[in-house]
Amino acid sequence: MTVPVQYYLALAGMLFAIGAVGVALRRNVIVMFMSIELMLNAANLAFVAIARSLHSMDGQVIVFFVMTVAAAEAAVGLAIILASFRNRTTLDAAQLTSLKW
Amino acid sequence: MTMGIAQIVFFLIGAVAIVSAFGVILHPHPVYSALSLVVTLFQIAVLFILLDAEMVAFLQLLVYAGAIMVLFLFVIMLLNVGRDPEVAPLGWKLTVLGAGGVLGAELAGFFLHHFAPPAAVGAIDPEFGSVTSLAHALFTDHALSFEITSVLLLVAMVGAVVLARRGTDS
Repeated sequence: MTVPVQYYLALAGMLFAIGAVGVALRRNVIVMFMSIELMLNAANLAFVAIARSLHSMDGQVIVFFVMTVAAAEAAVGLAIILASFRNRTTLDAAQLTSLKW
Repeated sequence: MTMGIAQIVFFLIGAVAIVSAFGVILHPHPVYSALSLVVTLFQIAVLFILLDAEMVAFLQLLVYAGAIMVLFLFVIMLLNVGRDPEVAPLGWKLTVLGAGGVLGAELAGFFLHHFAPPAAVGAIDPEFGSVTSLAHALFTDHALSFEITSVLLLVAMVGAVVLARRGTDS
């Protein structure tokens, strides 16, 4: 007895929605960043579920690449947060406006 | 409707994943948000194992729950971030939560009721999801993308060092 792939996709959709809410709801850039990681993970779950359903390894390969990109993104993003905190001593996204046009 | 063991595990793990994901976005203290995210990542790793993706599940634990979350916690503790001040107006919070609820319900409803998965090609490989099969796919069909990934990581590493360096010349 296996779980239908639709259940996994529905769970991934809900996790993605929670991550999207987190980005819009929070003002702390680190928590916004973690919400983005949550959305990436929801996408990964959908990829793996569809890969299992299609009997194809390509979905898992894409998840591998998504993880690599997420690691690179986390390293660069946290370095940017660190550098901007050093200059502005705030993590509030509403006050980090130096890149705003 | 009788539920097999796989379905019971799925619903338990899914419920914990949803609750801990809410913990990530609702807890006012970033350290607890990060720890909730670790719990969510563990649940997703278990779901990967249920989906016969063992290698990806272990990578999820090592890379995500291990390395990336340590990086997050390190930065949170280095910057000594405390609880968030409550600054967002209540109307904005309700709007965002309402819109997110609609988005989540729409996605879940679509997948549960209006989505027919495409038919599988052939029988499943007994090695599906193992280190061997993932490596075979990575180094044959996707070898170029794999090599480009190493350049991406190198650029990200140099960029992170340059950005986080306490500059003496600027």
